[in-house]
Amino acid sequence: MNQETPLLQVRDLRVSFQLDEGVVRAVDGTSFDVMPGQVLGIVGESGCGKSVTMKAILQLVDRPGQIDTGEIKFVRADGEMVDLAKLSARGATIREIRGGEIALIPQEPMASFSPVHTVGDQIIEAILLHSHRWEKDGHKITRRAAREITVGLFRDVGISMPEQRVDAYSWQLSGGLRQRAMIAMALSCKPRLLIADEPTTAIDVTTQAQVLALLRDLQVKYNTAIIFITHDLGVIAQMASYVVVMYLGRVMEQGPVDAIFHAPKHPYTRALLRSIPSMYGQTRVALPVISGTLPHPFNRPPGCAFHPRCADVMPACSVGVPRLLPVGDDQLASCFLHHDEAEPV
Amino acid sequence: MTRYIAQRLLILPFLMVIYSFVIFLIIQAPPGDFLTAYVATLASSGSSISADQIAALRHQYGLDQPFLVQYFLWMQNLLHGDFGLSLEYQRPNADLISEQLGLTLALALFSFVLTWAIAVPAGIYSATHPRSLIDHVLTVINYVGVATPNFMLALILMWMAFAYFDINVTGLYSPEFVDAPWSFARVGDLLFHIWLPGLVLGIAGTARLSRIMRANLLDELNKPYVVTARAKGMREWRLVLRYPVRLAFNPLVSTIGWYLPALFSGSLIVATVMNLPNIGPLLLRALINQDMYLAGGILLIYSFLTIVGTLLSDVLLALIDPRIRVES
Amino acid sequence: MAVAGSDAEDRVAVASNWRLVWWRFRRHRLAMISAGLLIFMYLIVLAPDFFSVQDPERTDARQAFIPVQMIHFFDDGSLSPWVPTITGKRHPVTLRMEWVADPARKVGVRFFARGYSYRVLGVFETNVHLIAPADPTQRIFLLGSDRLGRDQWSRIMHGTQTSMTVGLVAVALSVILGVVLGGLSGYVGGKTDQVIQRIIELLQSVPTIPIWLALSAALPRDWTPIQVFFAITVILSLVGWTTLGREVRGRFLALREEDFVLAARLAGCSRMRIILRHMVPTFASHIIATSSLAIPVMIINETSLSFLGLGIRPPAISWGVLLQEAQNIQTLALAPWLLTPGLVVIVAVLAFNLVGDGLRDAADPYSN
Ligand SMILES: Nc1ncnc2c1ncn2[C@@H]1O[C@H](COP(=O)(O)OP(=O)(O)O)[C@@H](O)[C@H]1O
Ligand code: SF4
Ligand SMILES: [Mg+2]
Repeated sequence: MNQETPLLQVRDLRVSFQLDEGVVRAVDGTSFDVMPGQVLGIVGESGCGKSVTMKAILQLVDRPGQIDTGEIKFVRADGEMVDLAKLSARGATIREIRGGEIALIPQEPMASFSPVHTVGDQIIEAILLHSHRWEKDGHKITRRAAREITVGLFRDVGISMPEQRVDAYSWQLSGGLRQRAMIAMALSCKPRLLIADEPTTAIDVTTQAQVLALLRDLQVKYNTAIIFITHDLGVIAQMASYVVVMYLGRVMEQGPVDAIFHAPKHPYTRALLRSIPSMYGQTRVALPVISGTLPHPFNRPPGCAFHPRCADVMPACSVGVPRLLPVGDDQLASCFLHHDEAEPV
Repeated sequence: MTRYIAQRLLILPFLMVIYSFVIFLIIQAPPGDFLTAYVATLASSGSSISADQIAALRHQYGLDQPFLVQYFLWMQNLLHGDFGLSLEYQRPNADLISEQLGLTLALALFSFVLTWAIAVPAGIYSATHPRSLIDHVLTVINYVGVATPNFMLALILMWMAFAYFDINVTGLYSPEFVDAPWSFARVGDLLFHIWLPGLVLGIAGTARLSRIMRANLLDELNKPYVVTARAKGMREWRLVLRYPVRLAFNPLVSTIGWYLPALFSGSLIVATVMNLPNIGPLLLRALINQDMYLAGGILLIYSFLTIVGTLLSDVLLALIDPRIRVES
Repeated sequence: MAVAGSDAEDRVAVASNWRLVWWRFRRHRLAMISAGLLIFMYLIVLAPDFFSVQDPERTDARQAFIPVQMIHFFDDGSLSPWVPTITGKRHPVTLRMEWVADPARKVGVRFFARGYSYRVLGVFETNVHLIAPADPTQRIFLLGSDRLGRDQWSRIMHGTQTSMTVGLVAVALSVILGVVLGGLSGYVGGKTDQVIQRIIELLQSVPTIPIWLALSAALPRDWTPIQVFFAITVILSLVGWTTLGREVRGRFLALREEDFVLAARLAGCSRMRIILRHMVPTFASHIIATSSLAIPVMIINETSLSFLGLGIRPPAISWGVLLQEAQNIQTLALAPWLLTPGLVVIVAVLAFNLVGDGLRDAADPYSN
């Protein structure tokens, strides 16, 4: 186990949506850590609760969703530890943390900028909101200075003609440029944790490679911790040093990237890996081909959520929910193949 | 942008020609003409007029000409700013209309401002507090507001004011100001009286507008850019006002195109019921008495205001929405 | 979706679509109540005389402005409905008649009792009424009487027949015009579309109320009430069809691109068959929803026109015609029950709007 204090500790997080049709348990007992400067990859089929988990970290879960239980411990810049799950969604503390300490690159870059404000405007606004992060010798930062910073950021993320592009509207930019602008905005306040929610899903393969390279460079340059979300194992292999595999709102397995790819312990991880033709190939695998279909969110299977599709299913699997426990060096799995501890009911 | 406006302005005269022709068709349509009605009135009051005199009058007013000739004469005069003579009042139509036009516009604009000042905040509140008590109350008010015809509301208010407070809320001035020259006191008196008809006139529009605002804003609040703004750490109310409200506003602006004209013509009924100085009642009388050129002139002005209203709203929309501005 | 499948398959797809709409509609409680109310109002439309207490044209100058006679259901604890007698005294100074209810003298009221005779739908004759005084020689005024001593209640029943019919017929005409022209525009496209679109734009930018007034004023004064009725209906629908036309066109454009229409065309179905079997059912529910939202607009317009004296004309009775009696504020202060037709208008319009909204949500749960 790593001896450092984690930057972020998520423990047994549960988020549910109360809909007219029933309750959706989007996140159902998820736990993982993020170390300072680490790139954590989270992988899972779409709909497994990755985005909702990230929104929960920033207290951004939309109505009618709510955080039911769990802890989200975050070490702030001044060393103080706060439980984000307990903060008020509209309070001053969470607003300082949002953008200032934890930045989010949302899943849909196309619609994530307002179409009637220039991208520059929206980034300048973010800088001014957390202006103390840029202040020198106690001088308040001016709007013009913020604009200069934005132009610089655009240059850093590889946007050509940054002066002109600052005044463009998002719909005037190509998909790749928009994603770069979004990254610039996320970096604008020098966050200590960057959450990138499927940053490469909506763009073409070449641009995808460029964006990944950019994120890697920036991570090295600023030593920012990154939570990198994708449903694409190939991308995970290129980016992450540590991997969390999620299924139906729960962590199935987590471990260092090598362990996950070469010594997977959980049947779900193995199934995921089998579904990629060539592990490091450039082809994006849309969805892993695993027998059976993803259950409807309203009727989660009892016991291990994966049991209706699992090749190694045992009688116990449909009774108890397996706990996430160590199965190797720095590697954890929730599967009765490796232990027989069920979650307390 | 300038080209877009220029194009629209160029179409305007063509539209006016089409409208003027249709209007002329309509005001010509009733069987008989003003003189037949006039003779009937004279006869009922005991006096009479000789057939020669009638023929002379008919000739003087061009009523004996074929349809198209009459139309072209009318258009020719209009182009010179001559709206013709009112057959009933025996005064230039232009004077009759211009006496009422200012207050007609003032009432419509006042009602418009009132409508927006109420509807937009109400819509924002409802959308940001969906299913709250106030949202439900506003919804009920909206439904009833849309369901109540303007004139019913006017009648109810006038009746209650008269029956319970013994005040007469008709007219736009207190009696002492009706014929007074313009002064600050008179303007004040006008402002005191105008809000009730303004409210009556705008109530259905207010209800409809706040529904639109609520629905649009609810839509916009679910857009990803709102999450982006929240993730920046903005204050909730500032963020709502700056982003989704701004976007929810755009479709509203495009409603100005029909709403402003609807106010002009809507004021017709309210003005008749509440006895307001307005071109509406003037049109009503003109139509009933077949004072055709007066009616035609007023209808033309309504059409003109309608076109200008639509144009204004399109231009405004282009100004505030860069997506439209860049494309046009 | 059935692709040029058997007719049986088509029927299943269509029927289940309707059933889904019905299920979703049933969940809106207010809309269901409103629908019940509207059905009741259309029953009145079918036989207004059955619901009337008196002949709506029966005048009596000595019984002008009689106030509302409240109906009481129990007499000494037993079920025996009655209304108090109204007695009049002339005020010595103003010489105005003043009416006082005298609960000591009761007029018995019976349900399904005999009154004046009338024809139902012009076919069979009867004299049974929902409510009638036990003694046929008595007159009772459940909602008061007007300036000429006519019974407001019975006049509202007859006004309901006219106004609700105008709304329905005008919208029916609008729907026909809108579906034919909008469908043509959307399905044929090209020049036809262009021309129809320009016409729609022109009509939509017309100042509606003044033009309506002008058109109504152009109706010859010597037309019979029936002629005026139809003319007003046509005038109302002339402008009303454009919204529907637009909507239908938009849906046709969208549907034209959809796979099943293409598939049906590839399978060799004729154009007409494609339209009728595949395109119309898919948006019929939307048309119904839009229509039920258009009817109240028509009703308000008819009422306003008639109120101004340019719509339905007496002796025909409509809600607007009845409200003309309420024009004078002094009269209204004396006889506030003259406003009751207005309340009926509001209730009817409200009910239509609620049903329309419910239908729209049921037909298209994802919009809004
Ligand atoms: N606003 C919402 N309302 C209702 N359910 C939601 C909402 N957002 C997410 N969910 C549910 O949460 C589950 C997880 O969603 P999400 O986290 O977006 O998945 P992903 O892993 O693809 O990012 C989904 O099954 C979805 O049904
Ligand atoms: S717990 Fe059982 S069902 Fe679940 S993954 Fe392990 S073996 Fe498969
Ligand atoms: Mg997601």
